[in-house]
Amino acid sequence: MKREMLVAGVLATLILLFVLGTVGVKSQRAQEVEVLAQEEATLFERPGAPSFGPEDADVVIVEFFDPACETCAAIYPHVHQLVEAHPERVRLVLRYAPLHHGADVVVRALEASRKQDLFWQALDVLFATQAQWTAHHKVQLDRLPAFLSEAGVDLTQLQQDMHDPAIDAVLKQDHDDRTTLGVRKTPTFFVNGKPLPRFGLDALQQLVQSELEGG
Amino acid sequence: MAHSPWRPTAIGTPLEGTLDRHPESQDRHWSLLFLSWLLVTTAAAGSLFFSEVMDLPPCSLCWVQRAFMFPLVIVLFAGLFPFEPKTVRFALPLAGVGWAVATYHVLLTWGVIPESAAPCTEGVSCSEVEWALLGVLSIPVLSWLVFTAVAALLLGLRRRLAG
Repeated sequence: MKREMLVAGVLATLILLFVLGTVGVKSQRAQEVEVLAQEEATLFERPGAPSFGPEDADVVIVEFFDPACETCAAIYPHVHQLVEAHPERVRLVLRYAPLHHGADVVVRALEASRKQDLFWQALDVLFATQAQWTAHHKVQLDRLPAFLSEAGVDLTQLQQDMHDPAIDAVLKQDHDDRTTLGVRKTPTFFVNGKPLPRFGLDALQQLVQSELEGG
Repeated sequence: MAHSPWRPTAIGTPLEGTLDRHPESQDRHWSLLFLSWLLVTTAAAGSLFFSEVMDLPPCSLCWVQRAFMFPLVIVLFAGLFPFEPKTVRFALPLAGVGWAVATYHVLLTWGVIPESAAPCTEGVSCSEVEWALLGVLSIPVLSWLVFTAVAALLLGLRRRLAG
């Protein structure tokens, strides 16, 4: 009996330490981000980042996303709905986190589509057709043009704009801000500079709601 | 044979006799196995804490070490209740291979083995150290220490069981 108790005690202690450690790390992270949000708000929203909704919105959702990330594609329509449900008060800002192999080229294509004022159209089509231009978490570059032209993008113009050094700067800026904010997974959301307490659409909806109510 | 020093065991209950004969050394044997289990379980929990809570992505060599560390948790646990001496035979090879991989990984992070010889070219670098306790105890070093201790404990247990 003594042996069983000993082993059970060890397991209980390890589980307790794990849970306490998790709570500790999470609250420390949240605190760090809160400090950053107060000291350097531009970390979350760089001028020129694609954004959707009123400039003076009470609630700003910042989403770091990867166009080739499946969860990003799945959650995107719901995030869009969330913003459209409060057209006067909520704004969505998108930041790039091309973590998948080849995703940086897709970001370039999106930025080039932006110059033709077709960013959201291109994003809608690319997310809806993602399974057709990715395979085994890698981007199949040769399949992209068909979907971009489906969104109405002028491909000749896109080819020229994709290598604009301004896009390099955007990619670098978003990379640096991800490092500072500790963004390692996509999608990562911040609502008015606050990270989600846990990942999930409902957690995002709750945080947006509480920010709307809290003013 | 009538004067044999060996106490004849009753047919059908040979194990009972050996189990009851040295309860103290039995306790020590069990303790060695328990200590090994304690070490690998703590290491496995710590490894999951690093990757899942602290978001430090495991490199490919880390995954190979996990492939030998995690089964040890189960194998050693299974040998504890009731105590199974043969557990050493199954656990020692796991600990040995894990130790070899950990040794290679540590030498890689220390630069003893040149980076060009490193197998990881894509994804997370195996030679870069992202986190270290007190500046020396990096994750590969911790892994090496646990594999070394467990291999030593199991070798000690094997010797005691044989002797």
